[in-house]
Amino acid sequence: MNNNRERLVEIKNLQTYFFLDEGTVRAVDGVDFNIHRGETLGVVGESGCGKSVTARSILNIVPKPGKTVGGEILYHRKVKGVEQTIDLTKLAPQSSEMRNIRGAEIAMVFQEPMTSLSPVHTIGNQICEAIRLHQGLDQAAARELAIDMLALVGMPLPNRTIDQYAHQLSGGMRQRAMIAMALSCHPSLLIADEPTTALDVTTEAQILKLMRQLQDELGMAIMYITHNLGVIAQMTENVVVMYMGKVVEQADVDTLFYDPQHPYTRALLQSIPRLGQKTARRGAGQRRLASIRGMVPDPYALPKGCSFHPRCSQMIAGECDQIEPQMIEVAPGHKVRCLACTGV
Amino acid sequence: MTEALKNTTSAHTATAIPESRNPILLEVKDLKKHFPIQKGFLVTRFVGHVKAVDGVSFFIREQETLGLVGESGCGKTTTGRLILRAYEPTAGEIWFNDRKMGRVNVPDLDKRQLKLLRQNMQMIFQDPYSSLNPRMTLLQIVGEPLLVNGVAKGGELQDRVAELLRVVGLRPEYMTRYPHAFSGGQRQRIGVARALALNPQLVVCDEPVSALDVSIQAQTLNLLQDLQEQFGLTYLFVSHDLSVVEHISDRVAVMYVGKLVEAAATEALFQRPLHPYTEALLSAVPKPDPRLRTEPIVLQGDVADPANPPSGCYFHPRCQYAIDRCSTEGPELRELEPEHFVSCHRAEELRLMGVLGRVTP
Ligand SMILES: Nc1ncnc2c1ncn2[C@@H]1O[C@H](COP(=O)(O)OP(=O)(O)OP(=O)(O)O)[C@@H](O)[C@H]1O
Ligand SMILES: Nc1ncnc2c1ncn2[C@@H]1O[C@H](COP(=O)(O)OP(=O)(O)OP(=O)(O)O)[C@@H](O)[C@H]1O
Ligand code: SF4
Ligand code: SF4
Ligand SMILES: [Mg+2]
Ligand SMILES: [Mg+2]
Repeated sequence: MNNNRERLVEIKNLQTYFFLDEGTVRAVDGVDFNIHRGETLGVVGESGCGKSVTARSILNIVPKPGKTVGGEILYHRKVKGVEQTIDLTKLAPQSSEMRNIRGAEIAMVFQEPMTSLSPVHTIGNQICEAIRLHQGLDQAAARELAIDMLALVGMPLPNRTIDQYAHQLSGGMRQRAMIAMALSCHPSLLIADEPTTALDVTTEAQILKLMRQLQDELGMAIMYITHNLGVIAQMTENVVVMYMGKVVEQADVDTLFYDPQHPYTRALLQSIPRLGQKTARRGAGQRRLASIRGMVPDPYALPKGCSFHPRCSQMIAGECDQIEPQMIEVAPGHKVRCLACTGV
Repeated sequence: MTEALKNTTSAHTATAIPESRNPILLEVKDLKKHFPIQKGFLVTRFVGHVKAVDGVSFFIREQETLGLVGESGCGKTTTGRLILRAYEPTAGEIWFNDRKMGRVNVPDLDKRQLKLLRQNMQMIFQDPYSSLNPRMTLLQIVGEPLLVNGVAKGGELQDRVAELLRVVGLRPEYMTRYPHAFSGGQRQRIGVARALALNPQLVVCDEPVSALDVSIQAQTLNLLQDLQEQFGLTYLFVSHDLSVVEHISDRVAVMYVGKLVEAAATEALFQRPLHPYTEALLSAVPKPDPRLRTEPIVLQGDVADPANPPSGCYFHPRCQYAIDRCSTEGPELRELEPEHFVSCHRAEELRLMGVLGRVTP
């Protein structure tokens, strides 16, 4: 991975568990990766594999009964030119230090906008509040900036929308309001959790372009969580692939698409329909998509050995169902957690 | 299609029309839904209309999949709900060739007839999390349409539900469980099983795979195709994902601000789009290949307000090919090539970019 840039966030052996009556869900179970300044890091993986919980752990907003029980998240910041390193897992969620970082330095666009927009305040009030809190602008200037941000994310009629409540907006409009709010404080890290899934592709393209522009101008890093491998290919430099609470492969985006090593990553890349394929075949030929057999295992009863083994086409009996694979670096910056990949 | 459409003479010579064509199952003519906009809490004032669907015409043949795409908020979901008469249309006709009642106009049906209709038309919803009642077991969820319509009860109901669960790849033993015990993909299967319970003719699928990760998405798309073959189903398939739409659809319709702007056979539309908005959509699909980083056409200008749409062609403020005429005169939907409908003044002369590159005349 890209190691010549300054590290912004280092996640080391992060463990975030949910303690439920039925048992413990190891949502994030020993995750390691770094985010560099100005980098776009993609995060992909099966539904429920711990992507959102990892993001929430960084912001220190894991909902109860969840808790970060191990590991560290080192955040490198510059305050008035002085380097500082803070372990975010050691801060109290409601401490003033954490609150200053959250929203202003590390901002997040959530997967479900309804849960993070207030139902009793207008969109405008919420964005202005964030701007005033973190940038110290007065009411009128904050409102002007909020309208500009709404226009930038392609909100129809920003002058009118700013005075509306979340429930009066379509799903796509709510998502854009969230993105405007997150970007309004020029964070050094933007965590975007499926930010464009509810949007059509032209609006999506507009928002991706805006994010890239802000990244160029402000040196913002982006952690981009998505199921959409097209967005990963177009937007990111480096990619982390997760499966059941663990990182199973990590590489630069070109390697990930052209030389994937983990059987799960390979299966993912084979299961997407590709634009133009059917048209090029004139509609003839194969109709079915490749799909990964079986279901994600029960989170309370993790399989022994490699957690992917019940679904893996390359499973080695007697090994994969017994030994838990460790992460190995198969090439500089390319890491894989699989017993079949021995490296070079 | 409307009479006016049928009579439009084609400007281009005919490309070969496939010979075996299934009969038309659903024909929508000039469909409109205008939602009133109200303001104020105590004294509500009526301030205008959101023209969510504003004169849409299309048809679907039996056992065919029609993809429906377009900008967020352009009226796709509203169109689907109008067809099922979950909303009352403001105007227009919806002709459906019902297995029992014959060819009927959906807005004309009375309560009793609607109940019959709903056995033959079903909907699969976008959100597998909120569309299933959390307090009902799978047996109740999937069995409800059978029970309500007096098709089965007791032991027979259980057998039928077990069979439906098997069809969608869920274990019949799960019958007594509640939805929260299932993953997103499994929940979407539950929704599919429920939609299939009455053996419908038409299924409106509103973003059925958007909330799913790609491997479960592939399973669900395969399932929908298998079921189509097995039971002769017809789908109206709404989605933002154009790769998925290309994969699953026989024909595709494109909407923009409440209107249909283009419709054609899938390969024709993807290879040779005739409407500038379709071209922009196709160019914006993020390609899953980091070595093909393309610059999408980013639409300039404001997103249109369906309560107060622009003059002339609704797309003109954002269209890179707009000419003076576009801002004054709204284009009609016309059949420019056999079965390729488009509403653009400049469709004949423009050479737009499809998914395989620019088309030479
Ligand atoms: N509030 C919670 N209470 C209990 N378990 C939870 C909670 N939030 C998440 N989990 C569990 O933690 C695991 C990881 O969830 P997470 O939301 O991180 O998945 P994800 O990778 O973001 O999936 P998706 O792609 O579906 O958004 C899942 O097994 C989930 O059930
Ligand atoms: N019940 C309603 N009352 C008032 N306006 C509505 C209602 N339902 C939809 N609308 C409006 O009608 C328009 C079309 O909405 P619709 O949900 O059909 O869009 P869509 O194409 O399905 O969008 P998306 O892709 O975001 O799901 C939007 O402007 C929406 O705000
Ligand atoms: S360790 Fe074995 S089961 Fe796991 S991914 Fe590798 S080959 Fe498959
Ligand atoms: S009619 Fe004019 S504005 Fe509308 S799509 Fe065609 S060229 Fe563009
Ligand atoms: Mg998530
Ligand atoms: Mg919709």
